[in-house]
Amino acid sequence: MSKFPNQLALVAVATTSVVALSVGLSERAVYRAELAAAEASAMAEANQPAEAPVVEEMAGAETVVTEEVTEEVVAESEVVEEVVEEPAEEVAEADAAMTEEAPAEELEAGMAFEGGMSRPALFVGAAWAQTHESPMIGELEGITFDLGREALAEEVAAWNIDIRPDGQGLPEGSGDVWTGEEVYIENCAMCHGDFGEGRARWPVLAGGWDTLEREDPVKTPGSYWPYLSTVWDYVHRAMPYGQAQTLTDDEVYAITAYILYLNNLVDDDFELSQDNFTEVRLPNEDGFFMDDRDEGEIPAFSEEPCMENCKDNVEITMRASVLDVTPEEEEAEVTEAAAETTEDAATEEAATEDAATEEAPAEEEATEMAAVDPALVEEGEGVFRKCRACHQVGEGAVNRTGPHLNGVLGRTIGGIDDFRYSSVFEEANAAGQVWGPENLGAYLADPRGAMPGTKMSFAGLRSEDEIAAMIAYLSTFEAQ
Amino acid sequence: MDTKFKGMKPSRRSFLSGAAAAGVGSVAATVAKGQTAPDPAITELQDWQVYLGDGVDAAPYGMPSKHESHVVRRTVEWLTADNVSSINFTPLHELDGIITPNGVCFERHHSGAAEIDPAEHRLMINGLVDKELVFTMEDLMRFPRENHVYFLECAANTGMEWAGAQLNGCQFTHGMIHNVMYTGIPLRLLLAEAGIKPNAKWILPEGADAAAMTRSIPMEKALDDCLVAFKMNGEALRTEQGYPVRLVVPGWEGNMWVKWLRRIEVGDEAWHHREETSKYTDLLENGEARRFTWEMDAKSVITNPSPQAPITHGPGYTVLTGLAWSGRGTIPRVDVTLDGGKNWHQARMSGPSLSKSMHRFYFEFEWDGKPLLLQSRAHDSTGYVQPTKDQLRDWRGENSIYHNNGIQTWYVNEKGEAENVEIS
Repeated sequence: MSKFPNQLALVAVATTSVVALSVGLSERAVYRAELAAAEASAMAEANQPAEAPVVEEMAGAETVVTEEVTEEVVAESEVVEEVVEEPAEEVAEADAAMTEEAPAEELEAGMAFEGGMSRPALFVGAAWAQTHESPMIGELEGITFDLGREALAEEVAAWNIDIRPDGQGLPEGSGDVWTGEEVYIENCAMCHGDFGEGRARWPVLAGGWDTLEREDPVKTPGSYWPYLSTVWDYVHRAMPYGQAQTLTDDEVYAITAYILYLNNLVDDDFELSQDNFTEVRLPNEDGFFMDDRDEGEIPAFSEEPCMENCKDNVEITMRASVLDVTPEEEEAEVTEAAAETTEDAATEEAATEDAATEEAPAEEEATEMAAVDPALVEEGEGVFRKCRACHQVGEGAVNRTGPHLNGVLGRTIGGIDDFRYSSVFEEANAAGQVWGPENLGAYLADPRGAMPGTKMSFAGLRSEDEIAAMIAYLSTFEAQ
Repeated sequence: MDTKFKGMKPSRRSFLSGAAAAGVGSVAATVAKGQTAPDPAITELQDWQVYLGDGVDAAPYGMPSKHESHVVRRTVEWLTADNVSSINFTPLHELDGIITPNGVCFERHHSGAAEIDPAEHRLMINGLVDKELVFTMEDLMRFPRENHVYFLECAANTGMEWAGAQLNGCQFTHGMIHNVMYTGIPLRLLLAEAGIKPNAKWILPEGADAAAMTRSIPMEKALDDCLVAFKMNGEALRTEQGYPVRLVVPGWEGNMWVKWLRRIEVGDEAWHHREETSKYTDLLENGEARRFTWEMDAKSVITNPSPQAPITHGPGYTVLTGLAWSGRGTIPRVDVTLDGGKNWHQARMSGPSLSKSMHRFYFEFEWDGKPLLLQSRAHDSTGYVQPTKDQLRDWRGENSIYHNNGIQTWYVNEKGEAENVEIS
């Protein structure tokens, strides 16, 4: 940014000529020259009508100069390396010989110093910055440091992604509930659950109606969030977790529509678009009010307190050691896995402690039977988090979105009687195919590639290690 | 993670047995008082008296003594779903004075700590301005800058304690706070450079991380004391604190101090984004919620003694110390009680008293070896007095999560061990 393109370009030219003279500053000077050149060409691209001709001309000249200078500097560096042992005078002469204009000479002992044109920055900004505590907008007018540059329209468009309740910022697009379900299952269900119920401690996205006045309220877009724009904006800017800003605008519309559907706010044939977006109002829009602490609390809490004989008796009413949820060094790592399975932290930690001290007998038995690497099994248990939204294992495991996986290795493909499989599974079942490490591995790596038409909406495990760990883990669960 | 806690543990086991913590202290006390044999620490040559130590440059960037390796941030695993979108806590009980060392300032990320190449970082100002601008870090370094010490407290600090005493240690109950000196550009100068339009009422700072964190901030605050900061305690911001540049919003909740600041949009209305609707709103007992509760109320905590820092020396002269702060000004006074609030005493304030900064207080007393119920109560420069937890619950119920600034109680038993409790 500059209101003085001519000056800027001149400065840049001056800088480049200095480069030719001063080896010590060469890198920095080249850098500055490049910056100036880039700035000049950026301005040229900006194509400001009044200044454009001058800018383009200068920018063109600039770029050439910069390239030349860069070469020159390289050459000169080599020279200097060779002449480094030579007397200083000779170097100075060599430098002088290379210059066309009078160089800014190095100041040597005994030489008088003649100052340049540098002076204190008297422009209003600096003086004002020192003297003002809380300025009003009016006082800021006319202040400039002449720093930064004007943003290009494409640059603003790339970053200006925010959406407001009045719809400002919404891009063109649309998405319906059914598309939303597909995209959601693929990208969101892993953490938020198929129906927005929230896995582990990941946020719940549906339900929670009439819980705001109760203990442990459930805050969802349907129960708590005031504006739908917040859902669109957040999914678009920060989701999927670890893959932010990879969804298309239409996909974000579709997911938003699906979240509305999960909260019983629209029917399953609903399509959300930029046209009907602001017509959708969330139930709790009026559930918020502006901070009012200064009207009640603050006056109530601003009275001189009692200092002596303030009460007769004091009783302990609650102790943290009874609840005992403070982390300890030994349990820290084990707790991580355990705490994700339920929200009841106190129970979790107690259970974890027992498991840790007693060496987890149940797991040991399972390991013996399967004769697989316990570390691999443990890793597999972690990987299985991606699956447990749909599949259950272990005692009491039942079919959910997917069939239960007890004894899956060695089981006929599509072999659970009361589960409705896709036709590709039914065919494999009819052919008597059985799950083994190999075909299960291939299926886990690429579900739709290995079993075209599978209903399992899972993208697949990325690494061989994860697949091996998963198979090891699954092998510890016998058919019941 | 290299932040394993290696010091004394506030565990139920050590609390019940009392051996680990109190044991060490009582040995030292015995040696000090009834010295019968010469102290080998004096009479015997120590290695460091004989052999040469490391030369300069053994550690070009110096680290604390290896004997201080237990002074680290710690997290509470069960609080969050994973450690990328999570929080850890400043070890307040190991620190003194008012400045938090950079390496132990608590962390709170929503999508992990972004690793940003400063050469590729840009700050954009867009929206209701005369000129939409882009700055490089080099540009920013050429603006006039200022130095200020401010505390940054997460709105959820002490949030786990709304329903009652839960975590044993001031690191966990109060450690979502740090206090450092920032070097930065007054935000108003950057806004002036762009030229604010007359209808501009709000700004929306945005982070460059994978959470693209955003918060709406009223223009009045933006033009008042906000900074665009690139240094903390004299050195570059740490990666986890928003390197290369973050927003500083003095006295207001930490979530607004957008890290890895890449953009500031100027607008005429608030954006009502996720962190100011779904989160960081204070749900009251009647099911309605306060929004835009930006200011941090006055608060204090006794850092020593506390569950992680028991009294180990037995009865006698005892140093009690703690921290106090207010988002509305300075802390001219802190009261301390040893008997659960029957009688209060004014503590001794020490160190610089700066607006919206932590303050350090001390209260020295002769401990008779009997149990104590310790509390501190901050008074800020507006006359506000830190309330009890029950007073707060009377106003807000127990579902608020955020802005719990109630008075903390530590129960100290006859062995000097401390526990987080609530009292009548």
